[in-house]
Amino acid sequence: MSAPKFAYETTRGFLPGHRACAGCGQAAAVRVIMEVVGPKAVAANATGCLEVFSTPHPESAWGIPWIHSLFENQAAVASGIEAALKKQGKLDGVKVLAFGGDGATLDIGFGALSGMFERGHDVLYVCMDNEAYMNTGVQRSGSTPFAASTTTSPAGRMSFGEDRPKKDLPAIAAAHGIPYVATASMSLFADLRRKVKKAVGTRGPKYVQVHVPCPPGWGYDEKLSMEVGRLAVECGLYPLVEWENGKVTRVRKIKKVPVEEYLKGQRRFRHLFRTEEGKAQIARIQELADESIERYGLVG
Amino acid sequence: MRKMIEGSRAVAEAAGLCRPDVISAYPITPQTHIVEELSQMVADGDINAEYVRVESEHSAASVCLGAVAAGSRAYSATTSQGLLLMAEVLYNIAGMRLPLVITAVNRAVSAPLSIWNDHQDTMALRDTGWLQLYAENNQEVLDMHFQAYKISEDDRVLLPVMVCMDGFILTHTYETVDMPTQEAVDAFLPRYDPLYRLDPEDPYTLGAYAGPEMYQEVRYELQRDALASKAVVKEVARDFQAAFGRWMGDVIDRYRCDDAETVFIALGSVVGTLKDWVDARREQGEKVGVLKLRCYRPFPLEELREALAKAKQVVVVEKAVGVGGYGIVAGEIRAALYGQASTPPVSCAIAGLGGRDVTFETLDEMLKRARGGESDFFAGLRTELLEAS
Repeated sequence: MSAPKFAYETTRGFLPGHRACAGCGQAAAVRVIMEVVGPKAVAANATGCLEVFSTPHPESAWGIPWIHSLFENQAAVASGIEAALKKQGKLDGVKVLAFGGDGATLDIGFGALSGMFERGHDVLYVCMDNEAYMNTGVQRSGSTPFAASTTTSPAGRMSFGEDRPKKDLPAIAAAHGIPYVATASMSLFADLRRKVKKAVGTRGPKYVQVHVPCPPGWGYDEKLSMEVGRLAVECGLYPLVEWENGKVTRVRKIKKVPVEEYLKGQRRFRHLFRTEEGKAQIARIQELADESIERYGLVG
Repeated sequence: MRKMIEGSRAVAEAAGLCRPDVISAYPITPQTHIVEELSQMVADGDINAEYVRVESEHSAASVCLGAVAAGSRAYSATTSQGLLLMAEVLYNIAGMRLPLVITAVNRAVSAPLSIWNDHQDTMALRDTGWLQLYAENNQEVLDMHFQAYKISEDDRVLLPVMVCMDGFILTHTYETVDMPTQEAVDAFLPRYDPLYRLDPEDPYTLGAYAGPEMYQEVRYELQRDALASKAVVKEVARDFQAAFGRWMGDVIDRYRCDDAETVFIALGSVVGTLKDWVDARREQGEKVGVLKLRCYRPFPLEELREALAKAKQVVVVEKAVGVGGYGIVAGEIRAALYGQASTPPVSCAIAGLGGRDVTFETLDEMLKRARGGESDFFAGLRTELLEAS
């Protein structure tokens, strides 16, 4: 039996030695994704944590050709790369990827992303969803979940935190009728691997949104990332769903743990456990989880 | 081949002759016929390019950025608001040293909404790191595209170039132009063969961030190479003359300036009006001349100093307002002349905003007011429309 291989031996796509925080969900997720994608790939990366921790000049953790332009244009830059490779006759052998955080994807880069879907580019867009603008100091994004406290949706005497539910971008992506959309979790490697493999094996635009826990942004012990990510899935708040050509084709069944189990270990939800109004918001969060469980048939 | 065509059509044909691999554009208000003509050429198979129909000008520039980084030649055209929406990407393209050519059709910026000509859009982007060439007529603008790609892709330059042409005045005007053959353009402009590209066989990281220990040096090199690109602009102008048999100018052009006491400086199509006006006023004994600023970035400092060494008075015709300041081009001309042996008074005459015609009367007014000692003024202003301040 041969010795187990380390990541840097199984892929040259994304290498160790970068500057991500201990316990970073997206560093682990990118490693898994690049193991599946392999070295014949080109990536366009939005401004954000992944860009910053992987490429402080003159260092780079990327073993594939990789480009960073701006915060909101990675889908358009990837579209241009794809168009150029197509014209050069090289697209058959090369996977074009785009990486963006939830702010870059759901908020500022939303128009460019929709354009990329609509035009049918052969690009896999991966959204690293850590549910706020972590690179710039945990400001709320369109992906911030209901009642989470961030630096721009802080809990206070008159506020219980973010007052709107998370934007459902996977469903919006699916509504474009693109060939493949999936949600995944950094905590479920085998599931993530299978989805990325399916995505890169599909022609056309693909969207994979990966839930990537963030120890400093969410406020939990960094050794618990895997567990926190798993609880988000198991309580129903982060349903793992696949869509093909706009239709739901597969969901990952859950055990259904109460949302408190997921919320209680995180600083961003801590305020909810301190007041009666906060507890009412927890009940509302449970309703959101129940709605998601009902919509996608996650239990049973 | 000589033919009578619209300016937009001429530019579209010229862009097509440059064999762009990827064209990306957005029909923002206002748009010109350039990208429509190119769409049709692609649809008819007349040119072999990937045409990416994007959802915004920001994405049009970004698609071009990605395509050039992947090793292809790209093209876009825009104007006014669309150009402003591209601004962030334009800085990025120049900073990443990606060669690209776009046609910037000069039009006013909102508010108030106006689709007509002036230079406020491109002037706002003079500090982006893009080279800026301004065309006087449709022959010049089409020839400029061949030159622009050659300048941009030169290893000594590697900077994007903005070919600026006046909206309506050139884009919608039919003129006889001499359109070169594909063979002639191919001989002048070889295929784009970049030093670096996004290639899995030879992977590079592009667009890494730079900390305070490194950023300033990158910007220094950008400035150094942008200024040095003037030699390449001149060289390519000579190469163009050798290849096509016509001299289309390099950084500045002088018309009846040798003995001129008053030199008018202008960019773009208004230079044509000025030449006619100079001829007319010369007949009346006025010693006037016109200096065309063809290449605004890089700024031809030495050439301007030399050309203005004998002038007694300079009037800069500005189709843009440096709001809250004193002349965008005029300010730079004043700075260029500062400390020289001859430092004539430089008047900033703002005119032609939002499509207002610059007529002989406007130019007469400029001459009169400049001679009267006014340094900064709007000419051709309808004072009866002004609210009391």
